[in-house]
Amino acid sequence: MRNAFIKELVAAAEENNKIVLVVGDLGYGVVEPFSERFPDRFFNSGVAEQNMMGIASGLASEGCHVFVYSIANFPLFRCAEQIRNDVDYHGYAVTIVSVGGGVAYGNLGYSHHAVQDYSLVRSLPNMLIASPGDPNETTACIRYLLNNPQPSYLRLGKAGEPIINQLVSSNFQPGEWQEIYEAPNPIGTLLTTGAILETVNKIISNNNDLKEKWSISSLPLWSMKSKKVQIEHLKKYKKVITVEDHQLDGGFGSWLMEAAMQYDKDLISRIQIKALKPEIYNVVAKQSTLNKIGGLEDLFSF
Amino acid sequence: MSYSTIQFAKQVRISALEMVYQAKASHIASALSIADIVSVLYENILNIEPSNPRAPERDRFILSKGHACVAVYAALKQIGILTKDQLETYGEDFSWLMNHISHKVPGVEFSTGSLGHGLPVGVGKALAAKQGRHSWHVFVLLSDGEMDEGSNWEALMFAAHHKLSNITAIIDYNKLQSLTSIAETLGLEPLADKLRAFGAHVYEVDGHDHQQLIKVLSEKDSIGKPRVVVAHTTKGKGVSFMENEVKWHYKNPSHEELKRAILEIEGNDAQCIY
Repeated sequence: MRNAFIKELVAAAEENNKIVLVVGDLGYGVVEPFSERFPDRFFNSGVAEQNMMGIASGLASEGCHVFVYSIANFPLFRCAEQIRNDVDYHGYAVTIVSVGGGVAYGNLGYSHHAVQDYSLVRSLPNMLIASPGDPNETTACIRYLLNNPQPSYLRLGKAGEPIINQLVSSNFQPGEWQEIYEAPNPIGTLLTTGAILETVNKIISNNNDLKEKWSISSLPLWSMKSKKVQIEHLKKYKKVITVEDHQLDGGFGSWLMEAAMQYDKDLISRIQIKALKPEIYNVVAKQSTLNKIGGLEDLFSF
Repeated sequence: MSYSTIQFAKQVRISALEMVYQAKASHIASALSIADIVSVLYENILNIEPSNPRAPERDRFILSKGHACVAVYAALKQIGILTKDQLETYGEDFSWLMNHISHKVPGVEFSTGSLGHGLPVGVGKALAAKQGRHSWHVFVLLSDGEMDEGSNWEALMFAAHHKLSNITAIIDYNKLQSLTSIAETLGLEPLADKLRAFGAHVYEVDGHDHQQLIKVLSEKDSIGKPRVVVAHTTKGKGVSFMENEVKWHYKNPSHEELKRAILEIEGNDAQCIY
């Protein structure tokens, strides 16, 4: 995913000299194609996230589309007020890019676990979350953001994710579900956001019974503003199980539940949420282990 | 040269007092503290076209101490961007003129209210100007208490590292903050030395002396460093009973106090309508 990101960004920056990349002293082995090609549009703020986000706002206020690159929680929580007041309130074109969504940096410990990032970002009225499930969705998300510069958060996994979404819709819009797999006799769909798509896809693909009954959908672009359009998607399925590598509180499933509550209460009973259980907070382990402890491999027990 | 800025500053103080009185708002002492700095900026320094407040080549001014916004709203009225009628809506429901400076007001570059935001954003703007080879200058006016915020020091380091000589930070050093003095809250001294150590070119001036302010704020030589003007000021300046009194960070004047304040500012020429 991160490779798809930098490839798209470099290609876009060739055409658009307003694209700027700011990093918070992170990105070794990732950002060089950009920093070497466009040294005058690449800035390392040092380990100073508040200033990093302030500078990004200042550059964006003068017409730049600023990509701020860091990992896990770092470009969000330390500088949360800069995102809220400077970026979101002013509506500036700053795209916050975080590599290592969920528990991708498992063994690095809780400081590096981005399991509350959706909750922070989705509470801001102008922010668009781009949480792609595979490299194809990553490319599509970046293209959407480049064509529609706005306050936004791009949550990436790490590297080496397989391609799953073979047919990213050509008219890719926020709030739009991507149909990844259609079951022959569906009783419902598993709706994912972010890199957890790979896990869900594997579980369904490897089980003939589940494969018969459960479709898979992905929602890579979502926000406060795209809640209302969820209703038409929800209505297509008798059951929807949301899956996310994020905690329940303030997360993706909670967002969908809120959408149903706000716009069509009858749909609430169709939704079940699969999010990381609190058991993960005091454990250090690799991503797959944490996702397992967090309950993400046991999709049908609640 | 400074006669007109002195008249300008008198009017800024009076308008600020009137707005705070009408809206029963706070922070009058903070606004009086920066009235001279703001007046010199708008009357003598900033390249602004009142008929086109968003002209691309304008100088950028950010009031980082957004709670002192009435001084800036008053100055925008003085230069003809806002009208007296608009000022009178200050603090009313649905008014653009909210009690912390708002970018929705014509002529206002950036909204603040939480401290420690203006300088990093100003540095981003200065960086954009340098990248685009624009000649406009960035001015950011901060409070002294605001220098408690680490983000300002991060921004200074960055500005010095990138040799941004197209930005001037002005610190309104009135030595009082929200509960008591700076010295009793979180000492800033030696402030000028700290700023120099962070790579800034530092000036110290009397923040109520228009000649000194005009002199340092006019300097645009290429020194390869961000400029910081430490402006020694008096909180509540111009109204004797508001000077150096913490309570005027919060209190709004009574009708009687407003009258006394305006008479003090106007002196014998007073034409107080209240």
